[in-house]
Amino acid sequence: MSKEEKKINRRDFLFTASYTVGAVGLGAVVWPLVHQMNPDKAQQALATTEVDISQIEPGQSVTVLWRGKPVFLKRRTEQEITEARSVSLQDLPDPQKDEDRVKKGKDEWLVMLGVCTHLGCVPLKDKGDYKGWFCPCHGSHYDLSGRIRKGPAPTNMEIPKFEFVDNNTIKIG
Amino acid sequence: MSDQEYTPKSKAGKWFNDRLPLLTLGAHLTDYPTPKNLNYWWTFGGILTFCLLTQIITGIVLAMHYVAHADLAFASVEHIMRNVNYGWLIRYIHSNGASMFFLAVYIHIFRSMFYGSYKSPREVIWIIGLLIYLLMMATAFMGYVLPWGQMSFWGATVITSLFSAIPLVGESITTWLWGAYSVDNPTLNRFFSLHYLFPFLISGLVILHIWALHVPGNNNPIGIDLKKPSKDTVPFHPYITIKDAFALLLFMIIFSGFVFFSPNVLGHSDNYIPANPLVTPAHIVPEWYLLPFYAILRSVPDKLGGVILMFGSIFILFVLPWLDTSKVRSAVFRPMYRYFYWIFVVDVLLLGYMGAMPAEGIYLTLARIGTIYYFLHFIIVLPVVGLLEKTDPVPMSISAPVLSSGADPALAKKDYDKI
Repeated sequence: MSKEEKKINRRDFLFTASYTVGAVGLGAVVWPLVHQMNPDKAQQALATTEVDISQIEPGQSVTVLWRGKPVFLKRRTEQEITEARSVSLQDLPDPQKDEDRVKKGKDEWLVMLGVCTHLGCVPLKDKGDYKGWFCPCHGSHYDLSGRIRKGPAPTNMEIPKFEFVDNNTIKIG
Repeated sequence: MSDQEYTPKSKAGKWFNDRLPLLTLGAHLTDYPTPKNLNYWWTFGGILTFCLLTQIITGIVLAMHYVAHADLAFASVEHIMRNVNYGWLIRYIHSNGASMFFLAVYIHIFRSMFYGSYKSPREVIWIIGLLIYLLMMATAFMGYVLPWGQMSFWGATVITSLFSAIPLVGESITTWLWGAYSVDNPTLNRFFSLHYLFPFLISGLVILHIWALHVPGNNNPIGIDLKKPSKDTVPFHPYITIKDAFALLLFMIIFSGFVFFSPNVLGHSDNYIPANPLVTPAHIVPEWYLLPFYAILRSVPDKLGGVILMFGSIFILFVLPWLDTSKVRSAVFRPMYRYFYWIFVVDVLLLGYMGAMPAEGIYLTLARIGTIYYFLHFIIVLPVVGLLEKTDPVPMSISAPVLSSGADPALAKKDYDKI
């Protein structure tokens, strides 16, 4: 009896060991096949864009391409900033202060991904119920700070990593 | 399967057949006993096979001239249209062929729903069919991206962004699908690769679909089990082949009407504008065959909720055989289900129309009502109707009501016991 049990245990060990080695081997083969679909080195190399902002007047905005996506750079007027800051946080689906969406001391510059957080369309500027942006695809309204106010989008438009290289240049990424 | 033993006549045939029984398979397909009362709604299986072959043949030819690169794709499609010999014809057959394929598959699915073809013992046929349908939608979507026009680009952006609704890993999955930080050249490349692969996966599933069909045999308009072969059945060839061929000819006339007289009526003119990642078209819509699902997506004012309901509206079909509690298959003998069936058809058409309209005002309200009813049909109507309904008497055989003069209650069987 005990002899038989021993035999079975040895077999079990061999089976388990074989399956484990097999599974690790399979995983090692599958991972490169899965990972090859992630952004390659050439895509990652395009990770920063520098923009000359010296020509942009207050109230104007420009759109630049960064990593294949549009980025909105808007130089807001005093009035627009005041308006964006007068909104109560309770009225926002994704509460965020306007101050937290801009660089300190550069409050007029709103730099954000021009990508609707619903399904990725590009919102139209100076449209919608809140004077900011309006996404034509599924009707999301954004305010002067790029915050979602109405519609299916779940969050505010994303602020990318960016910095002021000097007074006339913004580096995105 | 109810085949008699088959022996090839020639010695060479016998030699080959003993080693690979292809001739037995051929004989089975020829003699396959088919219900003699199949109507024209049953001809769409053959029509769909034709559609798949047409798409594969025209697609392979198009791939000889198409260039899967973000800078060249749009121009290469125009090159096919203007320079390649008969390129315009082959491309118009391929693009309209996709619509014809979906037209046929929707008729095929609704036929199955009316006559209860998804019910025991045919659940596996139904499920394989739905897998084919899912692959068809994925293939059609990726094919629509290849010309790299505005609708291609933004359709691809919206559909792939659906996955970003998944909590935690959504963004990573979307980036992985794109192979970039937005829809870009890597996306186009992989879509071309998969667009070429999927039709062959569909072909494999079609073989399983037909194999699974040949185990219990065809359902039929009165939805009863038949003895096979019997006076209720006819051999597949020549009776069904000739009927299928006639229906296919009619179908090809409609198909040709689109190809030769209005090849762009089902497409969107914005797709003749090259893709521009900075500008979204004012009104983006998917191809007509995806509109009902698009309407469901848009009717929910929440991103994740909309995505869940949209996928749910397809996946609920997989459990349809178990949601329908009625043992009687054909709606011919189901006085209540018959009405709900047509309400459901109208509901799906309504959703399709709402999907093409802007998501606001009355359209949005109607789309929401349509979405709620879509799910009610499966979750409430089907189980409850099956239990409440008093079904009409079901005949013993296809021949019985014809041979007996007038209604003979002795020949009718009560629904639950014998079906």
